Amino acid sequence: MKISVTVNGTVHESDVEPRTLLVHYVREVLGLTGTNIGCDTSSCGACSLHVNGEAVKSCTMLAVQADGQSITTIEGLAVDGEMHPMQQAFMENHGLQCGYCTPGMVMAATSLLKENPNPTEEEVRIGLEGNLCRCTGYHNIVKSVLAAAAK
Amino acid sequence: MTVTDDRPASVLGTRRLRKEDPALLTGEAKYTNDLDLPGALHLAVLRSPYAHARIISVDTSAAATSPGVVAVYSGADLADTWGAPMPSAWAVTADMKNPAHYPLASGKVCYVGDGVACVLATSDAAARDALDLIDVQYEPLPAVVDLEDALSDRVVIHEDLGTNSSYTWDLKIEGHEGQVDEAFANAAYTVRERFVQQRLIPMAMEPRAVAAVPQPFGGDMVLYSATQVPHILKVMVALTLGIPEHQMRVIAPAVGGGFGSKLDVYAEELLCVALARKHKVPVRWVEERGENTVATIHGRGQIQHVELAADADGKLTAVRIRILADMGGYQQLITAGIPILGAFLYAGVYDLPHAYDFSCTGVYTTLTPTDAYRGAGRPEATYAIERAMDVLADQMGIDPMDLRKRNFIRKEQFPYTAFTGLTYDSGDHLAAAEMAAELADYAGVRARQATQNVPGATKLLGIGQASYFEMCGLAPSRVLASLNYSAGGWEAATVRVLPTNKVQVVTGTAPHGQGHETAWSMIVADRLGISPDDVDVLHSDTAIAPLGLDTYGSRSLPVGGVAIAMACDKVIDKAKKIAAHQLEANEDDLDFVGGSFTVKGSPDRTMPLAAIAFEAFTAHNLPDGLEPNLEAQVTYDPPNFSWPFGTHICTVEIDTETGQVDVLQYVAVDDCGNQVNPLIVEGQVHGGVVQGMAQALYEEAVYDSDGTLKNASLAEYLVPAASDVPNITLGHTVTPSPTNPLGVKGIGEAGTIGSAPAVMNAVIDALSSLGVSDMPMPASPHNVWKAIQSAQQGASK
Repeated sequence: MKISVTVNGTVHESDVEPRTLLVHYVREVLGLTGTNIGCDTSSCGACSLHVNGEAVKSCTMLAVQADGQSITTIEGLAVDGEMHPMQQAFMENHGLQCGYCTPGMVMAATSLLKENPNPTEEEVRIGLEGNLCRCTGYHNIVKSVLAAAAK
Repeated sequence: MTVTDDRPASVLGTRRLRKEDPALLTGEAKYTNDLDLPGALHLAVLRSPYAHARIISVDTSAAATSPGVVAVYSGADLADTWGAPMPSAWAVTADMKNPAHYPLASGKVCYVGDGVACVLATSDAAARDALDLIDVQYEPLPAVVDLEDALSDRVVIHEDLGTNSSYTWDLKIEGHEGQVDEAFANAAYTVRERFVQQRLIPMAMEPRAVAAVPQPFGGDMVLYSATQVPHILKVMVALTLGIPEHQMRVIAPAVGGGFGSKLDVYAEELLCVALARKHKVPVRWVEERGENTVATIHGRGQIQHVELAADADGKLTAVRIRILADMGGYQQLITAGIPILGAFLYAGVYDLPHAYDFSCTGVYTTLTPTDAYRGAGRPEATYAIERAMDVLADQMGIDPMDLRKRNFIRKEQFPYTAFTGLTYDSGDHLAAAEMAAELADYAGVRARQATQNVPGATKLLGIGQASYFEMCGLAPSRVLASLNYSAGGWEAATVRVLPTNKVQVVTGTAPHGQGHETAWSMIVADRLGISPDDVDVLHSDTAIAPLGLDTYGSRSLPVGGVAIAMACDKVIDKAKKIAAHQLEANEDDLDFVGGSFTVKGSPDRTMPLAAIAFEAFTAHNLPDGLEPNLEAQVTYDPPNFSWPFGTHICTVEIDTETGQVDVLQYVAVDDCGNQVNPLIVEGQVHGGVVQGMAQALYEEAVYDSDGTLKNASLAEYLVPAASDVPNITLGHTVTPSPTNPLGVKGIGEAGTIGSAPAVMNAVIDALSSLGVSDMPMPASPHNVWKAIQSAQQGASK
């Protein structure tokens, strides 16, 4: 099927198999491998990206459903070579170790702050419960998101 | 006279941000499955749905004609491909029974997930589609799920071995054989407990991924793998497939966590290499999470019988341990040795006389093979002794903190030669425990508990402690030899000052989240008086870093980091020769401060390292006989393990009506000697604590009686989310290790080692007023509720 999707500001016209998941489309067709795959049950959130500004697990969506939509992946978050404040906050607060959950975590966290610009620690923890991390114990991820909110 | 120290403040010990982060935060980093490999074929593996079955037939004909399929192989089709069975590097006893294990099974399968056939196709989807068309006929055999059932040999899994028992490994203290029985006979108190270390699934967020890229005419082979051990993998693949080692190159690109699960040589690595050679094209494979839960190793899986003897004051007089260890259907790389890594630690941090008796039997079951998982043997040991200490305190009617203080090895006893003959390098257990108690408001919680945990209360408060010692920094090679481990424990480093005074460090460590690029840069910067930004750390590619033994066992800093510091010192020694020559001074008259050599007493006669680096490059004016480069290599074999320690205290509140455990506070005081970067140390502890807390409260690989894993996905296996865990309060004492020049100890596993027993001691403490004296992990609502019910039924009998 033919689709037209705006990804990180660029319009892409593609012909995809109807069964192609959005995550496979951005990774394999567009070569945007920053979006990671960590499970096959939509549990881990590693593949989170933004669809029209809202965080979506891109394994829960077909590429054809993205037709006419605007997608932002982790590669599109930095502007003019400057990392997004959320990315900076993760760096400054050691909110990542192996980095595999990080793109999804950052995309989920930016979406969370859009909905709730001044969350409490508990609201951050609940807001990120769809994104799993095995390295950090979440302590510094929560700290990073609170720091980004305070910026 | 005023003496001013104008040396720049050292970067060591500062909270420097990680240089790894920008690439990881922006999607720039490439993990194995991100690599663009034109023309690569995709491998998919058909896995046994049975835990134990004979393979009657494998019909691949329909799959072979599926769109995009290039080839389909059964285990029998590839039987001639392997020069040797899959490697296992740790024959713990001379008579250990170890069945031959091949990348694909032929004949019979021994666990759900055992590979039986594979497909090569032009896309991953085409390969996986074709798996459904392979027709395998099985004759199911009885599963062996329970360890004690396995030991009974009711069903022998590997008929050629004649038994499910692989080995029994004993640790008795020579010359003191009778002392244990004597201590138990004379004990004022004895404790006898049976604990179960449930099976855990490591669940690194990046599933495994492999790509083998051949050079069909030249003969070279490049293997990309999401591995912790590129160097070990290179040797093992070369040996197993008969590839000349010098033609084998292994690269671990960005690796998304390991926790021991990527410290292995796996079937898919061997399959990709073998099939890439056969088909003369790149072959790649990526693991789905559902496969990961059954085809990547599991951790723990032990039944522990723990006996303590103590005198009237509660002073430990003997420890007797019997372990039954679940190895799964086969051995992986170091399966058999995992319990042995804990064998020396069942007396914990306590001053025990030579009355110690340890024995471990490893048995096969029809479950996924086990192997190293964060802590590997040492969390199990710490859990056993720390839970048993609480039982002893309860028996004596004293506070568990008090009991521990009576038994701690005292600060002035270090370096301490233990009953095992091992020397504990340094420690101050009392200081760590007191700091933890203060941070946790131990006395305050005890006071609140007295008013809160009254009869009829439905919210019960509990506080629990664990004090640990970790034997890490693997390891002195001769000690490994005495344990029959097939490799050494050294680490290699090269420090190379480039002509423009930028520095390349080549390390044999293989980071996968630990921040080695940052930490190693800081060590070099401190030694050479340059900025960490001017240091590049090269790693995880055996063509660039040919020597190394990789990252596991909290070894990277105390072995690999120390090797780097020593290589820096060798570079400085060589630079000093050049400086002395050019400054026309005696080497002994030169000081090296802040990156420059200066003649003592003549501050204007100085030569910076930058100038020396350029002189070494031009070689126009070097001392006679000196090679024109500024580089040094060190291979460092540590004289001892490193022994980090600490005390963790957990406070919980349990709802007796729902069984829900809430962690109110978690305090971890860890001592890893000098810290290179406290930011990274804290991150390691946070993550480790939550991983141990996950064992205590959430995680367990649950099998049915047929040997099928019932929670084989992240939807069902409870890796905690942010909302399931608390913030963690950290404290640190600093007791440098005297055995290495940096005074450092490992910290990667410490958090996991301390946390499971601290949490469980808190849970049992909360429930003790209801008569609960022990319960199995995880302390899930269901298990807590069951424990309460069974204690109450017991009380009403």
